[in-house]
Amino acid sequence: MADHSLNDMAAGQRASNDPPKMEARNVDVFYGAKQAIKNVSIDVGMENVTAFIGPSGCGKSTFLRTLNRMNDTVSSARVTGEITLDGDDIYSPEMDVVQLRARVGMVFQKPNPFPKSIYENVAYGPRIHGLASGKADMDAIVEKSLRRAGLWDEVKDRLSESGTAMSGGQQQRLCIARAIAVEPEVILMDEPCSALDPIATAKIEELIHELRGRYAIVIVTHNMQQAARVSQRTAFFHLGTLVEYGDTSEIFTNPRETRTKDYITGRYG
Amino acid sequence: MATTTGHTVKAFDDDLRTLRALVSEMGGRAEAAVTDSLEALVRRDLDAAARIVEDDKKIDALEAEIERQVVRLLALRAPMADDLREVLAAMKIAGVVERMGDYAKNIAKRVTVLQDAKGIEPLSILPAMGRLVSEMLREVLDAFAKRDAEQAVEVCRRDRAVDDFYNSVFRTLLTHMMENPHTITASTHLLFIAKNLERIGDHATNVAEMVYFAATGRQMAERSRGANSVTTEN
Repeated sequence: MADHSLNDMAAGQRASNDPPKMEARNVDVFYGAKQAIKNVSIDVGMENVTAFIGPSGCGKSTFLRTLNRMNDTVSSARVTGEITLDGDDIYSPEMDVVQLRARVGMVFQKPNPFPKSIYENVAYGPRIHGLASGKADMDAIVEKSLRRAGLWDEVKDRLSESGTAMSGGQQQRLCIARAIAVEPEVILMDEPCSALDPIATAKIEELIHELRGRYAIVIVTHNMQQAARVSQRTAFFHLGTLVEYGDTSEIFTNPRETRTKDYITGRYG
Repeated sequence: MATTTGHTVKAFDDDLRTLRALVSEMGGRAEAAVTDSLEALVRRDLDAAARIVEDDKKIDALEAEIERQVVRLLALRAPMADDLREVLAAMKIAGVVERMGDYAKNIAKRVTVLQDAKGIEPLSILPAMGRLVSEMLREVLDAFAKRDAEQAVEVCRRDRAVDDFYNSVFRTLLTHMMENPHTITASTHLLFIAKNLERIGDHATNVAEMVYFAATGRQMAERSRGANSVTTEN
């Protein structure tokens, strides 16, 4: 990427009156010798939902995973550059990765509830992080999390049933409740609706709207209409670089870069 | 911002081409209606005038067809960025061009009343004014087809000349009416015709602003629109 576009991007990195929760600077990611992310700098704010879009293999999911060090689990992966959460370097040796992943939660493409009861799915995280002081306290956390995930009314009478017996959309909202239960500050969503039908998708999108402001939310999606619907800021990735980052309404009506335009208008490839 | 390739979904390109062709045909008909109405006026050709009135129905039908095509495109293709702007511009332009067609029809209707009018000087100026506005119309639709913002700005600049024409016709007719009160009826009709042409010119600049936005995603700057030009009477 040419210098001038980097500078342009730095100017557009921050949404006005949205102080950055996470800041990435000059991030490179390698899988072995192959470079998957090239010099990406981006801020993620608290007030806006940020969407990462781009064709398959563009690096958007890889980059998302750097934000809670999920790539640590891939032995060949190497991350350089700087990523901070509230100004603290998340890749510093002092950073407690378990704690980090509680603060920066993640929801995956395929709903992955534990093969346990609905209650246990939500209670699991708070328990290992010692967030509840007793049964009543834990009940309150479970209820609050399920309410915030828009699932409480559907499951309150069957909390002991298995989480895996629910519909796909309910499972995904259960996974969101599970992420919320440990009181994260950031929620990363990696194509959270790609396995869901349109109604379940609409419920998740509505949920994202409701969670906005309480958590910094970053969503990776293949569905551009979804990015347009749920986000206020959109980042377009292509071949491992961040091509353009700006207000969603601007990206979808008047993108600055030809590559962005070709992708969102359906001219890519 | 140049686009090098077509859409991955080829049918999308076909839909856009169809839309552009409809706008182009509608514009061509409106342009012809303007030129022909003045031709009919000069030659006192009542048959031609009647034909123009009749043909306006085709312009109206094209507007409806463009609206249908736009709704279909929005529903089925979910256009984005410059595609979205172009599709929306097409619908707005169709509305404006339909109005231009109405002005031309109105001019044609006055041919009957004016068939005996003689020796009124502005009658010789009006065809030139008509040529100018129909040229503006042709150029602005050309700019739309080519997504050419510069050409759109150029059309706006020419509106100044239309206003000058109008002011000149207005003064001449006023003088003429004072000196020859028996021509007041005919002169008033000519004044309305001049006003119609002036309106068509204004609408052409509105279309130019739509073309500019469709092409660039930005509003045209105030000074490019020739905002300082005024007509004597509105």
